[in-house]
Amino acid sequence: MTKSALIGIAKRGRKVDGHGPWPRAVVTKEVWHLAIQELVEARATLLDLWADKQTVHMALLDETSNDIMVFTVEGRDFPSVGKHHPAAIRLERTIRDLYGLNPVGLPDTRPWLDHGVWGIKHPLGSARRSSGAPPAYNFLPTEGEALHQIPVGPVHAGIIEPGHFRFTASGETVVRLEERLGYVHKGTQSLMIGADIDKAARLAGRVSGDSTVAYAFAFAQAVEAALGVKPPQRAVWLRALMSELERLANHFGDIGAICNDASFSLLYAECGVLRELTLRTAKACFGHRLMMDCIVPGGVAENLAPDGLQHLRSLVETVRRKFPELIGIYDNTASLQDRTVTTGQLSPALARAFGAGGYVGRASGRDFDVRKAMAYAPYGELAFEVPVFDQGDVNARVWVRIREVEQSLGLIEQIVERLPAGATMVDLGNLGATGEGLGLVEGFRGDVLVWVRIGADGLVAACHLRDPSWFHWPLLEAVIEGNIVADFPLCNKSFNCSYSGHDL
Amino acid sequence: MRRLLLKNLMRKALTEAPPPVDEAALAELAANLDRAAKRRLGRSLAIREVDAGSCNACELEIHALNNAFYDLERFGLRFVASPRHADVLLVTGPVTKNMREALERTYRATPDPKWVVAVGDCAADGGIFAGSYAVVGGVSEVVPVDLHIRGCPPSPEQLLKGLLALLEPQELPAKR
Repeated sequence: MTKSALIGIAKRGRKVDGHGPWPRAVVTKEVWHLAIQELVEARATLLDLWADKQTVHMALLDETSNDIMVFTVEGRDFPSVGKHHPAAIRLERTIRDLYGLNPVGLPDTRPWLDHGVWGIKHPLGSARRSSGAPPAYNFLPTEGEALHQIPVGPVHAGIIEPGHFRFTASGETVVRLEERLGYVHKGTQSLMIGADIDKAARLAGRVSGDSTVAYAFAFAQAVEAALGVKPPQRAVWLRALMSELERLANHFGDIGAICNDASFSLLYAECGVLRELTLRTAKACFGHRLMMDCIVPGGVAENLAPDGLQHLRSLVETVRRKFPELIGIYDNTASLQDRTVTTGQLSPALARAFGAGGYVGRASGRDFDVRKAMAYAPYGELAFEVPVFDQGDVNARVWVRIREVEQSLGLIEQIVERLPAGATMVDLGNLGATGEGLGLVEGFRGDVLVWVRIGADGLVAACHLRDPSWFHWPLLEAVIEGNIVADFPLCNKSFNCSYSGHDL
Repeated sequence: MRRLLLKNLMRKALTEAPPPVDEAALAELAANLDRAAKRRLGRSLAIREVDAGSCNACELEIHALNNAFYDLERFGLRFVASPRHADVLLVTGPVTKNMREALERTYRATPDPKWVVAVGDCAADGGIFAGSYAVVGGVSEVVPVDLHIRGCPPSPEQLLKGLLALLEPQELPAKR
């Protein structure tokens, strides 16, 4: 395998000790520009861009060698990545809001998560009090004859999270969608600072409730990398089992909900049953329907219930019996296909430029799944395929989910057959140990990244959590363009971005 | 193929799946809820859900109330798209400062008489997010709350029990 150019670039900086499992290098602004150039020339993918006091970190992925490199640049002013690579713009607006750092050259300097009502500016940087009425938010202008605007939210019509969508339409056709998010910003990263590892793990599990397993898994990976701890085999296999149950439950929910947004309630009801059966299996196996707080740094907090294997076998059997018929209905109902085929197309080029993960990326030809690419334990020992489609429409995003359901069933069967015995926890023994770690896990929605620094007191000194939705939300704006307003729910549900995961 | 599926649906009741104990509890709960709802509100109760800052786990379980196992609508309880159609606001999350105004406006848009149910540990007092610069706290810091349903997240069964508790008292507090 060829060595990544990222490694060569990082050699021009200073390698930071105690950062695992991938390296981090502090670089000059000149070298930072070289890293940006890798993004611009599509030799690297932006995994994340975040701040930490007066420094900014950027995690890049080389998709040909699967190398990950973290670059760090110091100082209040840093060269904007978003100026050259649009996927970074909202991340940099957030860095400005939370830390008061200045991405020099950032093309869009409107606030993002800060709506002007916190009573404080730059809460994670040099904070200062602020007061007064919140400033008006300037939506991007739209000009043209006979255009009209449709404002939607933050409180939506369904049982969903809050956010604001500003549609500009020409008749029925959407000319522009602009999102305004940040409504569920809870300051999670500030609560992480100084928290003990138990509390921090619980916070990580509540960044996005539908991905609580993925977040807890990624947080555990990050802490274990920081402290040099290896979780026991059985724990690692149970983590994968929980991950696949979470994926199943969410995919069932999504497939049904997408059909429901085309008013096809039969599949919504049937998929809802499969989702409920999956959640009940999770409850029977691990004591919690969503498996919250079941994964902790050092292992798993919940061992598999004694009759868990039976429940799992029965779930797999039920789904294998019922699911194919539902898919047949999906595939053979012309009125439903009429709504999903060619609707909300995302081009492979955009998916790649934004490093779109999960079903969004894989429905647009981006063949990336952390379980395969990084083969983190135990996935290296399990047989599965990564389904990829290239049509990029709502239908393709449904099909990625359908194929992934089948793969997850196979994974659960393998885990049930081969689950190792033994301990489920190791002592972190973290007193006095310091370090930094990066965790990367394939959640149902895409790759979840967690970065953590553990201080000498055993507490979390800094933590950053990046939801896959950060790169999906801007693409949703792109795919709706030219579609009719009535197809927005389908596009939106086929993306199923997390508001809470993004707003943090 | 669809005919086949419909035949399956006709043949087999989906409510059979839960274990006996749960089923009994659920059936009892369901019957009570039915009677009480009818007594209090005729035959229907319209619920508007408002996420005021949750992590979305509470939403997932509220959603589950609509699935075939819990089938909330058989009691005349249904979720509506606008606060203007609602009798009950079901509010989740620690109320974030960024959602405070939207929650207040939703409350004001709901016609009297109205009840507010705060769902989840965060909605009770901010939960694990209490003390953050971005969080106001529990729902009762922003709008008057008639009932708290605890849990992280509360299960659909706990949610059903909670809705029942809202309807059970003979004398409801004087309504705003």
